[in-house]
This record gives sequence, C-alpha cells and structure tokens, in this order.
Amino acid sequence: MTDKTNITLNINGRNHAISVESRRTLADAIREECGQTGTHIGCEHGVCGACTVLVSGEPVRSCLMFAQQAAGKEIRTVEGLARGDEMHPMQRTFMENHGLQCGFCTPGFLMLAVGVLEKEPDISDHDLVDVLSSNLCRCTGYQNIIKAVRAAAIEMRQS
Amino acid sequence: MKPAPFTRHVPKTIDEVVSALAEFAPQDGRILAGGQSLVPIMAFRMARPTHLIDINEVEGLDRIAIDGDYLSIGARARHGAFHKPVIDGVLGKLLAFVVSHIAHYPIRMRGTFCGSLAHADPSSEWCLVAATLGAQLVVKSVRGERIVAVEDFLEGIMSTSLAEDEFLAEARLPLLPADTQFGFYEFSRRAGDFAMAAALVTYRLVDGVIVDAHVGIGGAEDRPRRIAEAEAVLNGQAPSPDLFVAAGEAAADAVEPLEDILTTAEYRCDLVRAVTRRALERSLP
Repeated sequence: MTDKTNITLNINGRNHAISVESRRTLADAIREECGQTGTHIGCEHGVCGACTVLVSGEPVRSCLMFAQQAAGKEIRTVEGLARGDEMHPMQRTFMENHGLQCGFCTPGFLMLAVGVLEKEPDISDHDLVDVLSSNLCRCTGYQNIIKAVRAAAIEMRQS
Repeated sequence: MKPAPFTRHVPKTIDEVVSALAEFAPQDGRILAGGQSLVPIMAFRMARPTHLIDINEVEGLDRIAIDGDYLSIGARARHGAFHKPVIDGVLGKLLAFVVSHIAHYPIRMRGTFCGSLAHADPSSEWCLVAATLGAQLVVKSVRGERIVAVEDFLEGIMSTSLAEDEFLAEARLPLLPADTQFGFYEFSRRAGDFAMAAALVTYRLVDGVIVDAHVGIGGAEDRPRRIAEAEAVLNGQAPSPDLFVAAGEAAADAVEPLEDILTTAEYRCDLVRAVTRRALERSLP
C-alpha cells in the first residue's frame, strides 16, 4: 500500500524524476522531493491558498492534488516568475505597493493572480477582488494586495 | 494533516471505472474526481479510503453538451467550465451566475459538478440547482445503468441513493424555455463559505402572471428541495413585493431547519425567508 511510484514532475520547465507514494500531495512533493521551497504550505486542507501553483496554466491548491496526478503536466511555481534578475511585474508591484509584510502567503497570491490574469487579462476590478478572496493574508488587510494586482494587471495587458 | 495511505487506480474508460469500483468499493474504495471535498476530509483523517479510483484520465468525462431537451454534464465537468455560459439561453446564464458562489476560483478549477452531487453537502449550490430544476442522474455499475430523479438521489446530509459499486456518470438538466426568469441568492458569512441558506427560483411570466414556479431551498434542511408551499403562493399571481414576501413566509414555514452551534432553527427560518424573497427580487426582468 505504501509502495512508491516513479514519476516526473515538470516544474518551471525543469524535469524532476522523483518517487512518491500515492498519498503524497503535490505541495509536499514540490517542496520535499523537488526542493522548490518557494511554495508554502499553510492549512493543508484547501482553505488558505498559500500553496497555490499553476498546473497546465490553471491556479490550483497543490495541497488538494496528489503529486502523481500532476505527473507530466506543466507546473509553475513562484521560482519560475522572475526572468534572471528581473522580477515579474506581479512581484514588483507587490513590492512597490507593500502587498506583503511577513511574506508567507505571497507565493500563493502571486501564482493565483498571475494565473488568472494570464487567462483573463481583461478581468474586471470587481471580479479580481472576488478572485483574491480565495487566499488568506493576516498582515496586509488585502487593500495593498488588491492595489498591487491591479497595477500588475495594467502592466501585463500592455506587455 | 496528511492523508492515510491508499492505492490509486487510474482507469482510462468508464468500463474500467465501474469494474474497479465493483472490485474495490467493498474494500472502502471510492471515486476521486476533483478531490476538493474528499482530499480535505482525508487530510483530517475523517475518511481513510484504502483505494481511490481516479477518474481524471478517463476520456470524454468532461463533456458538457445539449442532448435533445436536456444539458448533459459529464462526471468530470469542472465548476470552472461554467464561468462563462456553457450554452446559449437561460440555463447557461443561470449556471454561470450560480457557479461564482461555489468556494473560490482555484477550487473551481478542480472540483466537479457531479462530484458535488455525489458528495451531497446540504449547502451545495449544484445540489440546489439539480433539485430546483429536476435533474436526472445517470448512474453506472457493472450491473448496468439506471437513471435516477434527483429527489430519489439526494437522501440526506452527505447521503445519496448510490450503491457502493455505482458511479455517477452524468447529470442531465432540463433546458429552460427562453422566457424563463430566474433568481439566486445565497447567504454566507464570508465569500466562498458554505451557504447558511440559499434559494433558487425559476418561473415563466405569461400574460403578466407567474406560471410553473420552481422554488428551491438549500443549506437549510438535510438536502436541497423544492418547496411546494412557496410555489403555490406564486403560481397564477403577478410579481409584486408583497407576493415575494408572502412566498418567503411560506418557504420559512415549510422547512424543517437544520440547527448547529451557530445557527438556531429560528435564525435559519429567518434566513430562508430572506433568501427566498431576495432570489425572487433578483428574478425580475
């Protein structure tokens, strides 16, 4: 029952050949087996959104998906946002708008916002607030996160 | 907070799904679709299935299409598929309005329509839609196929008439006439929380009066259902604020409210009264 299966996770364009039990969540596999610790784990039952990553372009809770289910799919995490030393517009606007304090929830918010804006670049401000209600932040009170994502949305539409 | 060990099976066809279910259901095997309810329950160790039959790689189960006079929704059609109307007409708009109330965006990328029905949470929006519109459910097993009306499917809190070897393969929602009016209202404390009460109403206006009213209430009783007493108030009458108040009263009088530590029966009835009236207010053209 606890047999491990060999799978390949493609994270930010790089293949990781790993061996995991069927019960291993994608979040744990990304951090423990693949060493990509930018993805944070908060509640482990799909409420907080800290572990949000993109799977095949869609934001998902990686604690509610098993690693074996993501084998062969394109996974993107916070480590894949910057281009070398140049931050992704979403990362920069979070910094400029004080969209984080302790930073624990930030990787989840970044992946959520980037994933939604890539799919729906013209999303309304109202719908964007609804999307951002998906994740929990205990520092900022959300206002600066909303400001940051709206600023990044404008930049992402222009580029 | 880690799920207990299980064996994962990955069937490629519906035949393989039902034969895996026939073999492993007696050993506490279950279907894994979107996993957005099952996996949290497993993380809490409230469920410890020893086998999971993962239907995410079965071809064609995400189909959403019109078949004759109903909308066919496949076993793995995800909530997110309904964000934009899946079909022209009232039903597509109704589903797109309701879906935004289900959990949060990333959950909607994984969770499934049929999974919600099989999970049968009393506050499930899709269970309310199915009950209000009169869904037919296609259930498959190695023993064959049967079609179950939603009122015979939803049996109580997280309880359905599915036998342990049966698989909910498809939900069928009747198409709505073009002149159908609908309104939906859900009350919860925070965006994405479970509904404490929700109402879905549909009706047609013929010569200024309401005909064929459907009033569905969810989150208030052990399962969503139509409330005939409220429908009787509406049928044959012209829409008006007083009529909507009366329909809300009738719904509140008719339900047998669930109670929990935060919600007394009296409060739940107040919510039923309010959500029914507000759904009706939203239904006006």
